[in-house]
Amino acid sequence: MAKVSNQAEAATAPTFYVTEDDHAHSGGSTLLGFWIYLMSDALIFATLFATYGVVSANYAGGPGPRQIFELPLVALNTAMLLLSSITYGMAMIDMEAGRTRAVQAWLAVTALFGAGFVGIELYEFGNLIAEGATPQRSAFLSGFFTLVGTHGLHVTFGLIWILVMLVQVGQKGLIPENRRRLTCLGMFWHLLDVVWIGVFTFVYLLGALR
Amino acid sequence: MTPSDAETHGHGGQSHGTRRGYLIGFGLSAVLTAVPFWLVMTGAIGDARVTAAWIIGLAFVQIIVHTISFLHVNTQSEGGWTLLALLFTAVMIAIVISGSLWIMYHLNANMMPMPPDTMPTAP
Repeated sequence: MAKVSNQAEAATAPTFYVTEDDHAHSGGSTLLGFWIYLMSDALIFATLFATYGVVSANYAGGPGPRQIFELPLVALNTAMLLLSSITYGMAMIDMEAGRTRAVQAWLAVTALFGAGFVGIELYEFGNLIAEGATPQRSAFLSGFFTLVGTHGLHVTFGLIWILVMLVQVGQKGLIPENRRRLTCLGMFWHLLDVVWIGVFTFVYLLGALR
Repeated sequence: MTPSDAETHGHGGQSHGTRRGYLIGFGLSAVLTAVPFWLVMTGAIGDARVTAAWIIGLAFVQIIVHTISFLHVNTQSEGGWTLLALLFTAVMIAIVISGSLWIMYHLNANMMPMPPDTMPTAP
């Protein structure tokens, strides 16, 4: 409806915008809007990175990064998230081709890798807390748990979203609405992988070099 | 909107990757992840400062690889608005992070001198 009136308007009045840019997907401007949301999410992570950067050397006599970070575990976790990114990419390619079954399979694989990531992270957090390296121990640990925990929470919500999409694709198939949702979810998922690059580099690897 | 409309992958919308694009991106990011972990875990470069510079550089390259091959940001997607939003956000992130670190690391120098015994126990 809005489109029709837009076109009618366009016939009479000069247009100052691209009138044909919202027909490529059912999403219209949803994808751009979601992208703007992701950028604001990136800013949240930027503030958390800045906070961590400021407090990262304030151990308050507690353990430092070299004592508590287990790089092999982090490497495994990084591999999980990276693999989940490529499997989501495969889901997107099958979505383009309209292969519902393949999309579901790749989404399920992505969810498994994502669950592996969250599981390993919770295991790591559990170990740290058992060793007494709790968020309350020092400013460094508060910053660490806030930054890494916020990322983990995002991945957890991404997982819930993947499960919801599995149900929706199972019920309705690859309808335009589901394609739009899967595209948004893909952007969300890949952005979390980009944030993780920052986490493993600036928190874990630089921490181990300290 | 008709179903055929939704199938059209027109210009100006969100762009999609190809299988080849995803696999190239994945291969590059696997290397760009493995190398910094290897550098740090084996200490291949003796100097920690040089190692730090390398892994930070590799991280930036990997972020760009992900942005292009997984997030499909290019000058055409959404008529260039995704790229513009991304660049704006990158500037904001740079200001927030470098500004915070700059101010906070120089705070000690800018504070009034305080005799150690009057200082409360450090947090």
